Amino acid sequence: MISLRNILQAFVLLLGMATCAYAGPYEDALPKFAADSYSDTEAALGAVAGSGHPLSLSVVEALRDGRLLAANGQIFIREPSGNLLNAVTGQAFGPAPQNLKAVRINNRVRRAVEAAMGGLTLLSSDAGARMDAARAVFRSRDAAALPTLQQAIAKETHADVKQALESARAAILLNQADVSPTDRLAAIASLRSRGDQEAVALLSTLPAGAPPEVAEAASQAAAAIRSRLELWNAAQNVWYGISLGSVLLLAAIGLAITFGTMGVINMAHGEMVMIGAYTTFVVQELIRAYAPGMFGASLFIALPLAFLVAGSIGVLIERTVIRFLYGRPLETLLATWGLSLILQQTVRTIFGPTNREVGTPAWMSGALEVGSLSLTYNRVAIVVFAATVFVTLLLVLRYTSLGLYVRAVTQNRRMAGSMGIRTNRIDALAFGLGSGVAGIAGVALSQIDNVSPNLGQSYIIDSFMVVVFGGVGNLWGTLVGAMTLGVANKLLEPYAGAVLGKIVLLIAIILFIQRRPRGLFALKGRAVEA
Amino acid sequence: MAILDAARRNMKALAAAALVSSAMAGAATAQETIKVGVLHSLSGTMAISETTLKDAMLMLIEEQNKKGGLLGKKLEAVVVDPASNWPLFAEKARELIAQEKVAAVFGAWTSVSRKSVLPVFKELNSILFYPVQYEGEESERNVFYTGAAPNQQAIPAVDYLAKEEKVERWVLAGTDYVYPRTTNKILESYLKSKGVKSEDIMINYTPFGHSDWQTIVADIKKFGSAGKKTAVVSTINGDANVPFYKELANQGVKATDIPVVAFSVGEEELAGIDTKPLVGHLAAWNYFQSVESPENKAFIEKWKAFTKNDKRVTNDPMEAHYIGFNMWVKAVEKARSTDPDKVIDAIVGVQVPNLTGGTSEMLANHHITKPVLIGEIKDDGQFDVVWNTDGVVPGDAWSKFLDGSKDLIADWKTLKCGNYNTVTKKCGA
Repeated sequence: MISLRNILQAFVLLLGMATCAYAGPYEDALPKFAADSYSDTEAALGAVAGSGHPLSLSVVEALRDGRLLAANGQIFIREPSGNLLNAVTGQAFGPAPQNLKAVRINNRVRRAVEAAMGGLTLLSSDAGARMDAARAVFRSRDAAALPTLQQAIAKETHADVKQALESARAAILLNQADVSPTDRLAAIASLRSRGDQEAVALLSTLPAGAPPEVAEAASQAAAAIRSRLELWNAAQNVWYGISLGSVLLLAAIGLAITFGTMGVINMAHGEMVMIGAYTTFVVQELIRAYAPGMFGASLFIALPLAFLVAGSIGVLIERTVIRFLYGRPLETLLATWGLSLILQQTVRTIFGPTNREVGTPAWMSGALEVGSLSLTYNRVAIVVFAATVFVTLLLVLRYTSLGLYVRAVTQNRRMAGSMGIRTNRIDALAFGLGSGVAGIAGVALSQIDNVSPNLGQSYIIDSFMVVVFGGVGNLWGTLVGAMTLGVANKLLEPYAGAVLGKIVLLIAIILFIQRRPRGLFALKGRAVEA
Repeated sequence: MAILDAARRNMKALAAAALVSSAMAGAATAQETIKVGVLHSLSGTMAISETTLKDAMLMLIEEQNKKGGLLGKKLEAVVVDPASNWPLFAEKARELIAQEKVAAVFGAWTSVSRKSVLPVFKELNSILFYPVQYEGEESERNVFYTGAAPNQQAIPAVDYLAKEEKVERWVLAGTDYVYPRTTNKILESYLKSKGVKSEDIMINYTPFGHSDWQTIVADIKKFGSAGKKTAVVSTINGDANVPFYKELANQGVKATDIPVVAFSVGEEELAGIDTKPLVGHLAAWNYFQSVESPENKAFIEKWKAFTKNDKRVTNDPMEAHYIGFNMWVKAVEKARSTDPDKVIDAIVGVQVPNLTGGTSEMLANHHITKPVLIGEIKDDGQFDVVWNTDGVVPGDAWSKFLDGSKDLIADWKTLKCGNYNTVTKKCGA
């Protein structure tokens, strides 16, 4: 009996030792996640990432996404599907413990997570993931990733990814003292061909004690990249100018119709833009509630609605207020100013004073890299959109009967009336058209600005500036005016700063208007005198 | 008739029409109430931030009335709308004090509105509780500053970045007016005293409501790629923040590369943005809605019930009003009177619980003690507190890092002076 018990005890002991032997760095590190201390989390992360355990990638991913949970010192992974896994075994875990809390991370841990993800996904089968991994390693410059990196470069078939992997290797090699000068020079050459701002950063922070020829090559490479970037920089500023110009064009083009062709000083124009933006908000709320799948199309649905809502409010304003004030600019100005306050406060009462969140569809997020230019998709979309609106409006005014009537009434109201055009009706429709266009501008502006009751106020001054500068009564003038102001503003800004830049521009416009009171493209002929 | 009178009075303050029944009852028996002025913009550019504070004051007054009022009388809120118009602030303040005879005023947001009402409060000898973080360099007998002074927000935030994020290069970006300019002056001289070189500091100002951030964000990116860890300290105020953060997200500036720490962005401001791309950017405040304390939990529940909206958030200036209002109530009880002179004498030293689980005290320089918290933006628009001071930090009226102000102290208890020079031993700088 005794011997049997001894054998049993020895067996249990052996079993215990066996499980102990299996507990590697991965199992040791896991409980540290439960300590709710950022340093412990970072240490545990490093150990898990370096353990080579099959579950380590899932743990790091879960930590990144806030799906790594802790309860009573145990660690769990919540899968995206909602299932709970025991992080030690990877087995499904039954009912969730009561006090389950996500492991918190801060920026330091987040950086470590990115670096760890880089090391773990270098050999991923997905090219996109490998690209992200190469970028992460480039940033972390973690020498531990070097062997995997070599392996990944040898296997890589995509040219872009291979280049990214190679510059990641160069980043690591450049910063290591025990690497031969030839290898480091090769690394510098690789970074030089990469030629972006990050490469400059790396090249200009060479660790002290580098051999002189390496330091020399690095500073030369940095200088070469810098002078190349200068050129790109100028191009980038012009792009910023065009994109600002397109925003100004969108805001001003409706005004070009109401003020430019009808001569109505409409201070409530900005509020039409705001109403368009709020229409977008309402459309998105409805889509979120009833058809979340259509969110990507929400802006396209909002466009016609914004045109209709803002346009009909425009017609209403024209019929009830403005038509009694034609030919009395001062009264129109005051009345529309009052209207703008009424509209603002109405929106404030209905939707509240705080900003409303208008989401950006996925296809409008991110940036397109062209050479060293970075074109953000939302700005590209707005430039394209502004151009489309402009062309459409030109065509409407040129080729439709409404356009013909509007032009006729603008040129000679009484003659047009004698020819049987109902000038009253045309006034209302033209005002509605201008307001509707302001409404669709609001849809675009909701993507880059606040959706708050004050949205319109910030654009009204700029809009008038564009229309007056471009020349009253001319859509082309509005286009050229908006683009000139946008590009001039953005070229001035790096040198003069945003505040001074604006002042300089205003003074320039005042001087210009002194010289040419009718703006860039003045209407000629008898219509002007009338 | 009484109802008609009450209605007419309420017509004056448009928003007060929405006032709860308690205030209506209070208005009917005007002689027995203590009036409290609420001076926050309900229209114009600042309505976005200030309307919430008006609601918070109405809630605090309603709570106090439920507890039986003050000195046996009911409190009555008198709400006026200065419409984000700085001179109108002074006019409305005069109306509150001279016509409505309020016992104290809670209000103002921007520094310029505070400066505009100061002479009125001095002339008519009344009390103002100012709930917003500000640039300091001021201490007035009639004003109590319940928001953070720079040493309770800006300096600890910079210390956190230097220590935890190892930041060596600094972008100080702000809106072009007195608060960002003074705060950045203090920060610049503080950073230089810590050995940061001038080429590692970039200062940028933008107009109010600036909406095209492309160039500036690109500049920040460029400044940040000089090989040293870079952070942005943002004193950008109001509406300009949303397009700023949207541009950061679009140009792919992540918190792990270039963190942005903001002094004017709270839960309310984030409510208008999709915060997923902003996770990890920071804010420094003395209160976050996510702080776990029994007082805070109760406060949030009351707020949601009062506004009948489950999604309403709480923020730092609301907590400042909570602290300020409770301090005023305690001081009035202590003085057994609402007479401004007696309350001003009684309130120094008054301690009330704050919402983060500690106790705040009114100091002799009319600033209060508060804890400092650093929070990282989470994807749900709330903040995760990543660092906080061990105890409370006393607010400095005069910064120790500016040449003109380091010798000055404010003491309204013994010295009876807001700018006593410790070198020349004279009051008045």
